[in-house]
Amino acid sequence: MSAPAQAVGDLRGFLHGLPGVDRVGAEARAAMLASRSIKTTAKQWALDTAISMIDLTTLEGQDTPGKVRALCAKAQRPDPADPTAPMVAAVCVYPDLAHVAAAELKGGGVHVASVATAFPSGRTSLEVKLADARYAVSAGADEVDMVIDRGAFLAGDYQLVFDEIAAVKDACADAHLKVILETGELVTLDNVRRASWLAMLAGADFIKTSTGKVTPAATLPVTLVMLEAVRDFRDIHGRQVGVKPAGGIRTAKDAIRYLVLVNETAGEDWLDPRWFRLGASSLLNDLLMQRTKMMTGRYSGPDYFTVD
Amino acid sequence: MAKFEYAPAPESRSIVSLRESYGLFINGEFTPGADGRAFKTISPATEEVLAEVTEAGPADVDRAVNAARKAYEHAWSAMPGRERAKYLFRIARIIQERARELAVLESLDNGKPIRESRDVDIPLVAAHFFYHAGWADKLEYAGYGPAPRPLGVTGQVIPWNFPLLMLAWKIAPALACGNTVVLKPAETTPLTALAFAEICQQADLPPGVVNIVTGAGETGRALVEHPGVDKVAFTGSTEVGKQIARACAPTRKKVTLELGGKAANIVFEDAPVDQAVEGIVNGIFFNQGHVCCAGSRLLVQESVYAEVLASLRRRLATLRLGDPLDKNTDVGAINSAAQLAKIRELSEVGEAEGAQRWSPPCELPVKGFWFPPTLFTGVSQAHRIAREEIFGPVLSVLTFRTPAEAVEKANNTPYGLSAGVWTEKGSLILWMASRLRAGVVWANTFNKFDPTSPFGGYKESGYGREGGRHGLEAYLDV
Repeated sequence: MSAPAQAVGDLRGFLHGLPGVDRVGAEARAAMLASRSIKTTAKQWALDTAISMIDLTTLEGQDTPGKVRALCAKAQRPDPADPTAPMVAAVCVYPDLAHVAAAELKGGGVHVASVATAFPSGRTSLEVKLADARYAVSAGADEVDMVIDRGAFLAGDYQLVFDEIAAVKDACADAHLKVILETGELVTLDNVRRASWLAMLAGADFIKTSTGKVTPAATLPVTLVMLEAVRDFRDIHGRQVGVKPAGGIRTAKDAIRYLVLVNETAGEDWLDPRWFRLGASSLLNDLLMQRTKMMTGRYSGPDYFTVD
Repeated sequence: MAKFEYAPAPESRSIVSLRESYGLFINGEFTPGADGRAFKTISPATEEVLAEVTEAGPADVDRAVNAARKAYEHAWSAMPGRERAKYLFRIARIIQERARELAVLESLDNGKPIRESRDVDIPLVAAHFFYHAGWADKLEYAGYGPAPRPLGVTGQVIPWNFPLLMLAWKIAPALACGNTVVLKPAETTPLTALAFAEICQQADLPPGVVNIVTGAGETGRALVEHPGVDKVAFTGSTEVGKQIARACAPTRKKVTLELGGKAANIVFEDAPVDQAVEGIVNGIFFNQGHVCCAGSRLLVQESVYAEVLASLRRRLATLRLGDPLDKNTDVGAINSAAQLAKIRELSEVGEAEGAQRWSPPCELPVKGFWFPPTLFTGVSQAHRIAREEIFGPVLSVLTFRTPAEAVEKANNTPYGLSAGVWTEKGSLILWMASRLRAGVVWANTFNKFDPTSPFGGYKESGYGREGGRHGLEAYLDV
């Protein structure tokens, strides 16, 4: 793997020259790591770490400023009964609500993330996408979650995808750019590896599995391949890129499996909210419930944790 | 200190109830040995004594063979296949029901990680009995004539690396075909075979159909040389296999042997690198390398040598060595002091002959028998570590430039049990597979076993096949 040139032919040649991914082997590896048994002190650490990595998300047409405020309150103090529960990493909303989140979270340490670029389909002109990203940043977003043009990617028009990511990165200025690959639409793990490299080469700060609007969303094998990609990318280019599985991660057990995957694939440098995030909403309550169980020895009902 | 330190997660031992001492399982019951000799079996991870086991002498073996003969003539060979099948299905289901207990027992006695005994060994044991239960009433369709006959009394000697799985490979087809069995488990790992004897009782298997005689080499010799045995099946070292072949040559006995190996795992430049590295690790560090078909010689195409080696080293550093009962352990204990001494000796020879030795930083427990995962680079075909079976977690890395050179090097061994090919090019897989002189060629995977798939060797890796339709031939008079 040599440093890529930007010319169309070279980018294609580079992406197609990446080592293949054997699906059977990748799934077997992910399944083996999912069988790790995380108990007692390790579980305690993992639960708190997972909470601190959450991008607490609401991305519904029916979202209201009130709901976003409630989410922000929860993000900063997830367990009203226990101030030792860590804050989450960010609150993730649509661009028109970014200013609400920004006002609520100001100075508190929780980031504002906003989706952009015609999320979730990405089907509009580059001008609109760039305007969308600028709008999010101007409304106070610290992080922008963009979607790639899957149609162009699947058609082999890699340069178009690359240029779009680079342009959005530019439009984001200081905001962190997370690039959503929508792996459920890319289908093959070879595509996941290529899209990961493409996004990283174009300047992504994070690569993210899914919008949450397409099934399947995040899976362990897909995340495994993306973690391998960021690991290899850092070896060659010296720049560390984060990974964010999003969608379908609902239980503490799932979250811990992702942490094990990070630990044994990319390594512990990525076990940090700066480099690994979990895009989720209902996951937080399960983590809190398990956390309370670890500390008190008892399960309390879902009524003891706030609904969003 | 690592950020994410996995806390100990040991599987509970309480599910296993060990007796202080075990007799021989002859004619459906546990009986004492004729001369009262016994030996101890220990846990290789802690050197703790687990139980005392009877050492069977010639008189005991004679008793077992006679019991098997009686059961063959009066019960088992005359029983319709569909009835034999019922017993095999019953055994398979009891194995599944007692899976956790058998897994813990296997890890205690053998030293292998519980993850392996739980996820690989025991499920495969049950699968072998289920599969062969299906054959018992369909033998006429196996391609060996309209009414293939069993051979009679089979004497079976199995090794310590997969104690219960090797028992299943031997006993399931023998019973399905209508033979009766006298089996000798390895002296360092007799406990799951004795648990299997209990399962035979639980399944109401007619007395004498399965007999288990424990002991070491002398017991095995008495069994193999017993004139009442019609068929000998052995899995173990090539050295002992040759002795058995010699002993049986002037007799009417049929013999199948599954012996050593020095398999080549061949990685081409277009291989899926991350999965190939997993396959290399699985090929040689699975079961501490105590696998006859282990991929102990890695052949890497020169153009990707540096990349593959770097990935491999990084991956080895994440292997977790320690308590076999910990659910997160990847590499367990070496089975015995004698085996450890052999691995150490050959590794020292490797260094002395000029190969470079490397192991990841890895703390070894103080008690018990342990050896770190080890790589040798700069190995040539002439080195002893590239030729002799080490049967431990030691990988020799060699390179090649062309497919023809890979085939030449892979086949340049007295053994021929298995091989692995890693490439995304389907035509190259087929080209390689048709030229590799090995009983099993795995493509883009390694150490995958299935009861439907025949397993066995070329050259000094032995003869006869186990598993699948082909494996039935070893237990039928054809």
